[in-house]
Amino acid sequence: MIRARKLSKRFGDKRVIEGLDLEVPRGGFVLVTGPNGSGKTTLLRLCAGLFAPTGGELEVDVPRGAIGFLAHEPLVYRELTPLENLDLYGRLYRLPERRERAGAMLERFGLWRVRNERVGTFSRGMLQRLALCRTFLHDPDLLLLDEPFDGLDLEGADLLQAELADRTGVTALVATHDPEALASRASARLAIA
Amino acid sequence: MLPVGGYALAFYWAPEDADQGFSQKIFYLHVPIALTAYACFGWGAWKALRLLWTGDRRYDLESYTAVHMGVIFGLLTLVTGSIWAKISWGEWWTWGERQLVLFLILFLFYSSYFMLRYSTEAGPRRERNSAVYALFGVVLIPVSFLAVRIAGTILHPTVFTHEGANLPWQMLVCFLICLGGMLALAATLYRVELAGKRASVSLRELRELLA
Amino acid sequence: MSTYAGDVAALARKDLLLELRSRDTLPAMLLFVVSSLTIFHFALPSGSSERAETGLLWIAIVFTALLGLTRAFAAEREEGLLDGLVLAPCDRSAIWLGKTIGDAFFLVLAEIVALPAFALFFHPLSWELVAAVALADIGIAAIGTLLAAIAAASRARELLLPLLFLPLAIPVVIGGVGASIAANPGTFLAFLGLYDAVFAILSWASFEYVVTE
Repeated sequence: MIRARKLSKRFGDKRVIEGLDLEVPRGGFVLVTGPNGSGKTTLLRLCAGLFAPTGGELEVDVPRGAIGFLAHEPLVYRELTPLENLDLYGRLYRLPERRERAGAMLERFGLWRVRNERVGTFSRGMLQRLALCRTFLHDPDLLLLDEPFDGLDLEGADLLQAELADRTGVTALVATHDPEALASRASARLAIA
Repeated sequence: MLPVGGYALAFYWAPEDADQGFSQKIFYLHVPIALTAYACFGWGAWKALRLLWTGDRRYDLESYTAVHMGVIFGLLTLVTGSIWAKISWGEWWTWGERQLVLFLILFLFYSSYFMLRYSTEAGPRRERNSAVYALFGVVLIPVSFLAVRIAGTILHPTVFTHEGANLPWQMLVCFLICLGGMLALAATLYRVELAGKRASVSLRELRELLA
Repeated sequence: MSTYAGDVAALARKDLLLELRSRDTLPAMLLFVVSSLTIFHFALPSGSSERAETGLLWIAIVFTALLGLTRAFAAEREEGLLDGLVLAPCDRSAIWLGKTIGDAFFLVLAEIVALPAFALFFHPLSWELVAAVALADIGIAAIGTLLAAIAAASRARELLLPLLFLPLAIPVVIGGVGASIAANPGTFLAFLGLYDAVFAILSWASFEYVVTE
């Protein structure tokens, strides 16, 4: 699903990724590890199509609507409620019965009781849970997750694991500081220096 | 060499036909410069369109250089136009002179183009944004022309400035040679500047490879 | 087709909701425009013509619009939210259209206060002026949304947006003032319509290129 050969990305004079080779087959679950600033986030953003590589080849065989991208930022509107946020994304991702799916998603991540409160009042952990709702809402074929456990408490982490367990067979590229948490699911690892 | 020679020839020929004084000679300078500026902006917009169309990043430098040429010629247009206004009507600036006003608007616009480039980090973002803005510029030319024209009827009295289309053929030929020479000059400067820019980009890339 | 319209509606609705909840842009625009009109009164010597006053109204409109536009992508910029929209499978030009509708709406709201204030402070309005304002709003919102996205990519966005915007606003002012005071307002109104059509199409088509790489 993802194929990268001698991939490189440069921002002005700064070389963030250099000569990277990567292959993620359908159903593969690849963990990306590396220190801060090593380019994990950049790699995910390249695969999501947010910017283009400066060198090498990158092929992602998945249409935009089938990618679930979890960024560092939660990508939700602070003045809106979780339901409104998910309703918007559901609309943009062309989901049938989007209200019901939004509700179901919120329930799965334990946010149902705050569904009508403004996101601006949420804690870091709740924001992350909502971001995960947004990511999984449209049942993506490819998951691009940037530090998915960031900010989650134990309960949140369990809910995430449960969600991933329900989606066996999904293709995923996950950047993480804590590879052990997902070691059982991982089909391969990539370490970026 | 040829274009520079061609232009020098045009300039020498002009005085032979220009028996109407210095203001007439400015005409041979001012209008070709103005038309050349339009041509540069148009060329820049064309390269910008190619950039957006094909995604080939080489077009960015070409578009940028063309716009740069356009601004230089635009500035010269304003200067020569101002001189002409001073000679003809005793004022360094007049809002009634449509060409002048139009070029002021375009000069402001394309100066903003440079602000855009300087304040955005180099990369695909800057290239695309510059290209889109260059396209806006070339659309602005006829729109502003129309605007200034209708403004003349009510906002500022329009001073009739240019001769009609019935120039004697010698003057027309002379004018066309000047125009050709000016365009050739612009093309030469364009190639020189583009080569220079490309060289510095290559140098930078080489330095990075070696680093 | 209906999915496109639906996307646009959802996005426009989102912007309206955001403004309703945060309430920071619109009050600022209203206050700004009324303050400007007050300053204009003191800036104009007594005996100034109605034409001069009308001209100043247009200045107030352009700069109030600029104020509103500066906030156009503020929410998205601050949290990278534009990425979320860009990643969605919808057409990127729908983002532009939704936001333009929102911008135009806020501009109209500001003018609903500004125009009566102007009539109160200075002199009554003609319908041609109102029509010109309506047409100008469309053009301003259209290019403003696009330029705000361009400026958002730069380091000096608050400085850059006015610079990019003002030269393009000159024809709008010409059209607007002309329609307000000329004997043949039809020409100017037609010109504003042309401006709107041309630049709206250009903005609509090029937005995609500005928000992606």
